[in-house]
Parts: sequence; structure tokens; C-alpha cells
Amino acid sequence: MRKIAGIIGLLVVICVLTALLNDRFLTAYNIENVIRRSALFGIISIGAGFVIITAGIDLSIGSLVCLSGVFLPFLLTQFGFSVPAALATIGLGSLLLGGLHGLLITRLRLQPFVVTLCGLLLYRGLARGLTGDQTQGFGNDFIGLRALATGKVGIPFVENFAIPAPCIILIVVGVAAAIFLNRTIYGRYLLALGGNEEAARYSGINTDRMTVIAYIICSGLAGLGGTLFVLDVNSAQPVDFGNFYELYAIAAAVLGGCSLRGGEGAVLGIVVGAAVMQVLRNSVTLLGVPTQLEFAIIGGVILAGVVTDEVLKRLARKQRRVKDSH
Amino acid sequence: MKSPTVSNGSLLLEVQGISKYFSGVRALSNVNLTLKKGELLAVIGENGAGKSTLMKILAGVLSADDGRIFLEGLPAEIYSVSDALGQGVVLIHQELNQVPQLDVAANVLLGRESSNSIFLDHKTMRQKARKYLQMVGLNIEPSASLRSLSVGQQQLVEIAKALATNARILIMDEPTSSLTRQETENLFRVIRQLQETKVGVLYISHRLGEVEALADRVEILRDGKNVGSLAPHQITRERMVQLMVGRDLSPFYHQLERKGGEPALEVTDLCTASHPQHKLNFQIKRGEMVGVAGLVGAGRTDLVQTLFGIASPLSGTVKVAGQTFEPRSPVEAILSGIALVPKDRKSQGLILDMAVRVNLSLASLRRDQNNGFLNRKKEARLALDMTQQLGIKLVGLEQPVRYLSGGNQQKVVLARWLAMRPEVLILDEPTRGVDVKSKDEIYRILEQLAADGMAIIFVSNEMEELLRLADRVVVMYHGAIEGELMGESLNERAVMHCATGGFSIEVPGEEMGNVTGPQ
Repeated sequence: MRKIAGIIGLLVVICVLTALLNDRFLTAYNIENVIRRSALFGIISIGAGFVIITAGIDLSIGSLVCLSGVFLPFLLTQFGFSVPAALATIGLGSLLLGGLHGLLITRLRLQPFVVTLCGLLLYRGLARGLTGDQTQGFGNDFIGLRALATGKVGIPFVENFAIPAPCIILIVVGVAAAIFLNRTIYGRYLLALGGNEEAARYSGINTDRMTVIAYIICSGLAGLGGTLFVLDVNSAQPVDFGNFYELYAIAAAVLGGCSLRGGEGAVLGIVVGAAVMQVLRNSVTLLGVPTQLEFAIIGGVILAGVVTDEVLKRLARKQRRVKDSH
Repeated sequence: MKSPTVSNGSLLLEVQGISKYFSGVRALSNVNLTLKKGELLAVIGENGAGKSTLMKILAGVLSADDGRIFLEGLPAEIYSVSDALGQGVVLIHQELNQVPQLDVAANVLLGRESSNSIFLDHKTMRQKARKYLQMVGLNIEPSASLRSLSVGQQQLVEIAKALATNARILIMDEPTSSLTRQETENLFRVIRQLQETKVGVLYISHRLGEVEALADRVEILRDGKNVGSLAPHQITRERMVQLMVGRDLSPFYHQLERKGGEPALEVTDLCTASHPQHKLNFQIKRGEMVGVAGLVGAGRTDLVQTLFGIASPLSGTVKVAGQTFEPRSPVEAILSGIALVPKDRKSQGLILDMAVRVNLSLASLRRDQNNGFLNRKKEARLALDMTQQLGIKLVGLEQPVRYLSGGNQQKVVLARWLAMRPEVLILDEPTRGVDVKSKDEIYRILEQLAADGMAIIFVSNEMEELLRLADRVVVMYHGAIEGELMGESLNERAVMHCATGGFSIEVPGEEMGNVTGPQ
């Protein structure tokens, strides 16, 4: 909880500073936009969080976002798939790939880093190769479907602000994920397996199965994310769609309190972590900082956050030790 | 402290009054040792007697808290492994310290490579390496990859490496534990040759037969102290066992005979993956407590892990309460009523950074679930009941288990399984690293469980524990069950006899006077 308080504090500080320095930050249009982007990244970050909680890693998220984002319009416009068929194909496909990652990791004992690094290369290559590297989009069609990402849900008595649809989807996914993680025995098994895989196995937990489930969740959410991203922007270039998204997702999870050593993490923290990064990107644009510096600023803020967290933790430990010795 | 005995010019090593503490617990207490040039001194003792600690101090891996070491009469300053190597003291470890990716020559000359200014001079290195390899009777190409060698050959490479450092003293810790008979004989031949070149050898082994064959002198340690040394004509298996066991040799009869009920666990012709050549047979009744004794590496942990489904058995049948079950995974073992308190509490037993409550409920979550959801009420009640029942001392149930004492941590692991009410409770070294008070409490808990009808199997290195708890002791040696002792035949000497490969369970005669007693 303390960790989540820290990341929420960071989010508030960035928001207040940006709002003070630029009055466009608090316009309804900008807020809706930031919330939409944060929600989209929040969804894929929750997936990354599940894998990180098991002490694993998934580097293929960005490429899977690309593969699903490129294939949705590709299947709809080039192959004439119906909407449900296309969505089902993308959904099942990404779950399947996640299962494959999990099986390679548990059955062949390959390292998660290696398996998903190969995924990163493979899925990007497939997306580019199968589409002939052509930009995919919906043109002026599929307005109804695109509303999943571009739509808004009005709030009674509030006139010029509405909740972006992806935010609703994030809330549904987030609540489900939090219940799964905190209220079911399987969530407990995931945390236990991340905390100490051997002890979990000796306690009768089927650790291999739980690991596979974590990778399925991660890839499934990456597939959902890719779908929503492409519906939002309407066009996906296979060469750079979803580029670096795995790193945003991992950074969000870590900022949100997941340890790469496994065994800890909370869904709310991850979502706030994703929001911090999107707000930062927004601030960079609004404050007129050269966009080339965007990565440097995000990297710097994350590093500062992690360092502060560690320093505070050490201070707390020291104080506790002083208290114990009295 | 007196000055070293320099009267004997051939004295290579003298250890005076070495003591060593591990977080307040005394591992070595005022230990003395001498070694002459060309001599082979065997250092023996039960598990935990302090042999390995002493050798690590000599090799600079650990430093002594008290005492002095003299090399050829001069005080030796050994603070690190490189200090020890510099003075010609080399430890050949139980697990080999080699770089399997490199070739033989590179391993032999590791740390003293030949080079011409910048680049490695492979030609010179191979020539040098060949010389040392010949000295240990190893006929292989220095350019061969280390991985292609057998364990015995790798052992010899390790000795060649020691020779390359101009070793004066070679310390060998269980060098034959993974060698075949032929490799062992070859190793012995090399050792004898080294002795002729005035190298002194400190030889640690549990295999008393080897010690009988090789040693010029035997030094026996018990509980971190010298308890005797045997001159060449005194070295017999009986004397060594007697000194290793020590204390009172009066047989310690088990006072109560627990009346066993129906068989709880029946093991028939079980072959474990690590010792496939032996078939294991035994059974245990409800309410019975069976100890599994043996030396480190005798296959005890392999046996209990196989029963719990951590490692699959190659063949054989296991029946729990009359029902056949195949131990393919812990999940199945637990479902059929077997529980295991593993040997290494920290790596196998606990999730150290998680709350006591979480650690306690880990195994019973599945049973207590509400259609996949946690039953938090049941979980909390179980944690509370168990901590009270076993007297686990803690600040609160949400305290990370890391901050509990070893004894309380062990009780948490035990409680996790008691909550499952297993038919058969297996414990692998149940009181390792546990303080005396908790130890006693754990014994009481186990006795109570057996009285209530649970079948209990425990692996132990501690003779007192075996004699106090067990109705029957199964002794293992090299993966086989060497003997089953109970009633009058269950005593320290009989256990040690079987554990060191004695082929009968007869107790050696009592007329064994004239042994050099404690100094």
C-alpha cells in the first residue's frame, strides 16, 4: 500500500506541475486524451504485471500489439472477415501465443527473456512480412467497432467532459485482474510462485500450470491492447506500431510496485504507473520540450522515482533498527 | 601458547588451538592437528563434527576466530584462498571448482596462464599442462574439453591443477564420493605417488574402508573437538566408529513401544532416479515413527523426495493406507495423504518475504476454497489455531516469516502440513538450524502426532534425535537400505556401523580399551 501511495503521489506532483506551467493541461479535450492513452497502456501493463509477479518477463508485448493491431484491419478489409470472426481470431491467436510462451518456459525450461525476445522479433517480422509492410487501417468504415476505443460515455450533469470508452474497458479488466490476484487461490499461487517457486512446488502448487496462465493473461491483454490501439488511431504501420510498448508496460509494472524478483505487485499500482508515463509524455508535448527528449525525460523520472523509493526504504529500515535496539 | 615443535624437521603443518564460531554457535573448539611431510592424515567424524570447517580454515575460505597455524615451523598468515595457495595449501573441494567451458590445459593452469605480453601462449600452456597431467597419470590431450572427461578424470585434473601451484599440502574433502571403483583405485595410486614427493595430504572421508587402506594416521573430531587419534597399527573400523560416536556407548533403548496399527505406507521395490541400482522396501504403520539414518549422500533425501513426487520413481509401488499411488508430483502425493517438511527451510519450505498467514495456508488453500475463491475466514482461523497450537512466537500473522527465528520458521512449515492432517508425515532433517528449546518442542509435537496415529518418517543426522524419537531406524548406505534397527539392536554404534557400510547389524564386541582418548 505504501508503494502505491508513492506512485499516486508522483502522479499528482506531475499533474499539478504541468497544470501550473501550462493551462491547456486541464482542458477537457486534453484530459480525455490522456485518460484514453493511459487506459490503453494500463491494459497491456496489467498483463506485463502478471508475468513479472511470477518473476518472469515478457518482451514480446509490443510486437504482439503490432501483430494484432495490424491483423485486425487486415482481416476485416482484405479477407472480408466478419467483425466477430476477426475479433475471435485475434483473441484466440494471442492467447495461444501466450500459452506457447508459457509451455516453452515450463516444459523446455527456456528462460523467459529468451523466449519472449524471440517473440519480439518473430511477431514484428510476421506482421511486416504478411502485410507486405503496408499500412493497415479501417478508412471510413467500422465506425461502430472503432467506438470501442474512440467512444465516450457521458456523465450525467457534466456537459463538456465524458469518460473515454477504453477507460471503462480498463476498469472492467482491472477489477477482474485485481479480484483474480487477490481473491482467488490462483492469484495467491501466482504470488507464491513468484516469491519462491521451489517452496510453492513443495506446497503442492502446480507451478508450471500457473506460469503458463500468467503468460496467457499477458499475451491476451497485449492482443486486446493491440486491437484497441488500432481502433483508436485507425492506421497501423507494421514497421513501428507498438514499438517499445513492452518497455512502457514493464516500466509501468515496476513503477507500480512489482518487483522483478517476483512475488509482489498490485493491479492499482500498475495502472497508476501506466498513467504516470502517459501524463509525462503529455507534459513533454505541452511544455514545448523538444519531443526528441521524450525518452530521456521518461527514463530520468522513472530512475528518480525508483531511487527515491529505495532511499526511503533504507531510511525506514534504519529507523526500525534504531527503534529495535532501544 | 607454546612455540611449535620444531624438533621434528619433517613437520609440515601444525594447527594449534583453532576455534571457530558461527553466529555464536561453536563449530570448532581448540582443535590441534599435525601433519608430516609425505604423510596422509585422515580426518574423520560424524556429520557436523567440524571437519569441513577446519579444512576451509586451512585453505583460507574461512578464517579462525582463535588459534594459530604453522607451516614448516613458521607462523602462517592465511586470510584468503590466495594466501593459502601462495603458501602451497590447496583444497580440493567436494564439488569441483572448474570451468567446464575451457579446455583441460586452461583449467590446470587457471590463474597462472602463460602469455607472450598480451596474448595467451597456448603452446607453452599445453606443454606445461601435459607435464602435470602425466604426474597424475592422466593420459589425455591438454586441448581436450573438460566436459568430455569423466568425473574421476576431472578429479585428477583438479589434482594436476594443485600440483601446478606447487602444493605442499593437499586437502581432499570426500574425493571419492562420485568416483567409480576403478577411478578410486587410480586416485589412490596418484595419492601414494604424491606422498613420495613429500606432499602432505589431509584426507576427509566418511568411507572408513578407504581410510583404513590409505591413512598413515587418523584424527577423529566430534562436536568440533579432537577426541582421539589413531596410530597406524590402531586403525580399525571399530575403533574409528567408537571414537566418532563417543559419549556413552551404553545402548539407549527406546522406552515406549508404540503399538503400530494398520500399515500407513508400504514401499515395494522402489527405485529412485539417483540410485537406480537399488530396490527399496519398507513399510510403516500408523502411529509409528521411523528414523532414516545414513551419511550425507546416502540417498535419504532422494528417497523422501521420490515419495513426495518431487522426483519420479523409476519403478516400484507405493501404497498409502492401502491405496496404490504413483508419486509423480507433490500435488498427487498430497492428495493421497503424504506431506513433506523439506530439508532446506529457506529455499524449499518458506516464502520468506510473505506473511506467516500466507505461508501457513499455502497447502490447504485448495481444500478450503470456495469455487476457486480464497476462503479468507477459514484461512485466518487456521493460521491463528495453528500458531497457538504449535506455540509459534510472532508479532502478528501478517509479519513476514523472514523475521521469525529458525525454530519458529520450522514450526510454520510443520503447521502448514498439520493443517492437512496427512496419513504420512515425512520430515527431512526436522531440526536443522533450530535452537535447543524449539527442538524439544518439535519433538513433543511429533510424539503427540504419532500417539494420535500419524505415521512419521524423519531423516536425521543427529544420533540423539534418532534415538529419542524413532521406534525403528532405517539406515541407508550408497542408496540402499543397509539395515533396520529397533529395540535392543538400536544403538549408536549399530547405526554408525551400518551407515559406514558395515554389512551386518551385529554390534562389535565391547573389549576395545587402549584407544587414545580425548586430549
